[in-house]
Amino acid sequence: MARKIIKSKYFVEEDFVEVLAEVPAGGSSPLPTNQEMKVIGRPVTRLDGYDKVSGTARYTFDINLPHLAHARTLRSPYAHARITAIDAREAAKMPGVLGIIHYQNVDQIPWYGSSFLFDPHLRYVGDEVACVAAETEAAASAALKRIKVEYEELPFVVDAAAAMKQNAPAIHEGGNIQGGKPAVYARGDFDAGLAEADVVVEETFTTQVEVHNPTEVHCSVVNWEGDRLTVWDSTQAIFSVRDTVAQSLGLPASQVRVIKRYMGGGFGSKLTTGKYTVMAALLAQRIGRPVRITLDREEMNLAVGNRPDSVQKLTVAAKKDGTLSAMSHWSYGAVGAYPSGAACSWPLRTIYQCPNVKTEEYSVFINAGPGRPFRAPGHVQGTFALESILDDVAEKLAMDPLEFRRKNHATIDQVMNLPYTSKKLLEAYDAGAKAIGWDRRRKVPGADKGRYQRGLGFASQIWWGAGTPPAGCILKLNRDGSVRLIAGTQDIGTGTYTVMAQVAAEILEIPIERIQVNLGDTAVGPYCPLSGGSLTTPSVTPAVADAALQMKEKLLSAAAAILEVPQGELVYQRGEVRHTGDTSKKKTIVEILREMREQTLLTYGARNANPEGYAINSFGAQFAEVEVDTLTGHVKVIKVVAAHDIGRAVNRLTLENQFHGGILQGIGFALMEERVIDPQTGKVLTVNLHDYKMPTIMDMPEIEVIIVSEADTKISNVGAKGVGEPAMIPTPGAIANAIYNAIGVRLHSLPMTPDKILMALAQKG
Amino acid sequence: MEGTFRINGRHELLEFSERATLLQVLRDNGHQEVKEGCAEGQCGSCLVLLDGRLVNSCQVFAAAAVNREITTVQGLGTIHAPHAIQEALVEVGAVQCGFCTPGMVMAAYYLLRHHPDPSEKEIRRALDGNLCRCTGYTKIIEGIRLAARRMRQA
Ligand code: FES
Ligand code: FES
Repeated sequence: MARKIIKSKYFVEEDFVEVLAEVPAGGSSPLPTNQEMKVIGRPVTRLDGYDKVSGTARYTFDINLPHLAHARTLRSPYAHARITAIDAREAAKMPGVLGIIHYQNVDQIPWYGSSFLFDPHLRYVGDEVACVAAETEAAASAALKRIKVEYEELPFVVDAAAAMKQNAPAIHEGGNIQGGKPAVYARGDFDAGLAEADVVVEETFTTQVEVHNPTEVHCSVVNWEGDRLTVWDSTQAIFSVRDTVAQSLGLPASQVRVIKRYMGGGFGSKLTTGKYTVMAALLAQRIGRPVRITLDREEMNLAVGNRPDSVQKLTVAAKKDGTLSAMSHWSYGAVGAYPSGAACSWPLRTIYQCPNVKTEEYSVFINAGPGRPFRAPGHVQGTFALESILDDVAEKLAMDPLEFRRKNHATIDQVMNLPYTSKKLLEAYDAGAKAIGWDRRRKVPGADKGRYQRGLGFASQIWWGAGTPPAGCILKLNRDGSVRLIAGTQDIGTGTYTVMAQVAAEILEIPIERIQVNLGDTAVGPYCPLSGGSLTTPSVTPAVADAALQMKEKLLSAAAAILEVPQGELVYQRGEVRHTGDTSKKKTIVEILREMREQTLLTYGARNANPEGYAINSFGAQFAEVEVDTLTGHVKVIKVVAAHDIGRAVNRLTLENQFHGGILQGIGFALMEERVIDPQTGKVLTVNLHDYKMPTIMDMPEIEVIIVSEADTKISNVGAKGVGEPAMIPTPGAIANAIYNAIGVRLHSLPMTPDKILMALAQKG
Repeated sequence: MEGTFRINGRHELLEFSERATLLQVLRDNGHQEVKEGCAEGQCGSCLVLLDGRLVNSCQVFAAAAVNREITTVQGLGTIHAPHAIQEALVEVGAVQCGFCTPGMVMAAYYLLRHHPDPSEKEIRRALDGNLCRCTGYTKIIEGIRLAARRMRQA
């Protein structure tokens, strides 16, 4: 099949990325709709389901090798300090200790741009000081306590507002504002838009730091064979781990192999290569043994990322008829001690029609664990603020909130000035409103009397999720008629194994059980993008389709040669090639391969280029019903309806998993989750799963998921958009608006914990 | 130290240090089906049955489990002969990353043994100590109800 190399642009986690990619030269032709499908679009159970329920599944955390040594990390107890002396001699003599590394005995390996793997300048409680390998984890932990470190404490700052001040302690040279200046955007004339408005609302919203806390902690197991390194890693991005590890160790990337089989969640925290992986590789090299390094739950809450907090000042101006005339967004957020991103104005810039917009955003360094992408970075916090203020504007205009959004529906991407490949947001409004019973919404907020007060609210969502080339997939057809599907993507728990197999099973018309899927190995699979940003399904499934279609062609061509008839007279059906006239002439896959005397037929499929001249986004609306206990301040989410445009739904079961989980994380962000730092000491107070409050089974509301879209045929043959982030983005905003509708007081600060609810009620009087 | 444990019906003579938890000893000896999410008794990933009682194995000293009966998720059912609960969880799609799943299965098993026909509320209460960061729990409840129905009919 003809191919070409193109430059492809896509958007991931708040950044435009430009990549060169090999893609099918002829573009792609769409697959039939889900109604005509037998496997795609069906609720196919997970291929790996039984592996997981039976405990057979092996995660990185479970990898065991002969002579495995165990590593633990010593971390800074201070929010800001300089190491003046380090003495590991006594620790090295402890029983079972095999090796210790720190800044004095390791080359300076660049990290975070301007820092190092071991930097004597420590910038947060949890910054890496040293790493010990020992016979057991317990021995390594014991040795950590015997490393003598002298610290010179430095003044610190753990609050973004304070860090932005002139005389704040400097965390990096060049000041505490990342990049030295805000990120700004403007279109139209904001002041003119303000001048023509009938209603202007200005409000400030704050959101908290949220920590990913996947169930499997971050961990790596590393093993050297000569100068080649194998890394088992719990990661969302095998190729980027390979490249970072290789670069850090001064190895060619080809000498590093990264493997990830099963993985216990990531949500963004495992998109970035961990220092721990490189530390383990260095220790393994020194001691000549494989090394396993794991983080404990405290380290998980200190050192592997978080969703930056935000302070967002929004101004929204509208005319009497409900048209938006101007919007502005000014915000800052703490990215922690090293570069990350706190921007959150994207939804405001694009989701509603508005000619005059300006935004100004500051990412601020503080002495705390660095931020990382977390399920829809920026969009979750930005959408909460935007959708909250829009409800307030609608109320001032005496308009129904839904009507107000409909009125300002945007038909093109106003930032890039491009049409959307598809946008079914209006359909999502209709379906969602019907399912929740929008007409039950209290016309007067806080109308309920009595202790328990109910309300309805909703919020819209926009996300990227187009997928991107390059993404490759190899299909191997074996002599026994089974298929092996090999790709360099990774299933981080979302169901990638299953959706890829579905596409191959559909096109080759063979039972899905005959398909084996091998993912997550840089030495074996062709390159695929990282698994984040709702990229995976829309990137990799079209490559599978491409490979499977080619396989069908190959089988037709083989059968034509065997049967000595023109290929045009043959059709492929249910794993068999038959002659259209003479029904006695047919060959099964197994027969074809037997006659070819070959073990395998091979094809390579590639993801097509995204269409030029379009913006590709997913859209959706979520509707929440809540009940507020005005005596205790407790908020119970009764029901959430999620109505979304996500292109083609490839698997209803895995899709629902994503929505249920995303909505519950949204509830966590809206109502309970918060990393708390003691301003006196700079220490994180929420370092375990008891103090860091995540939703449990008690918090789960009734959920209804409605997909209003079919395949988006402009994107790819499969036409799927990603669903991981869309599931979470609108939830907190919908809940906030429902709470307002219930009690008649607006909460401006997440999480909306009982104390804040009670305070708000008290102020209302 | 050394001691005999009866794990999933088989006697195993194991060595362990006196401070080792039951979770560590199980995992160090090939029972990696028992997961560790926190080692602090806060996530439920490490649930096993100890003489029929549901315990967080990270909160039990191995020394205290010597000569006792331990059941892990593999003792309930295997990939070839799954338990009704395991089957139901796969069928309804209650498994995402799967790291919490062995613990969920154990909690569900314990519940259904004592309450063959639990209400949704009872299921929620019984699984409140099991954290899942992926699924949103709804399907887990659905799966347990399905399993309960089938087990009652069996
Ligand atoms: S590992 Fe035992 S409760 Fe979390
Ligand atoms: S399925 Fe991932 S933690 Fe439950």
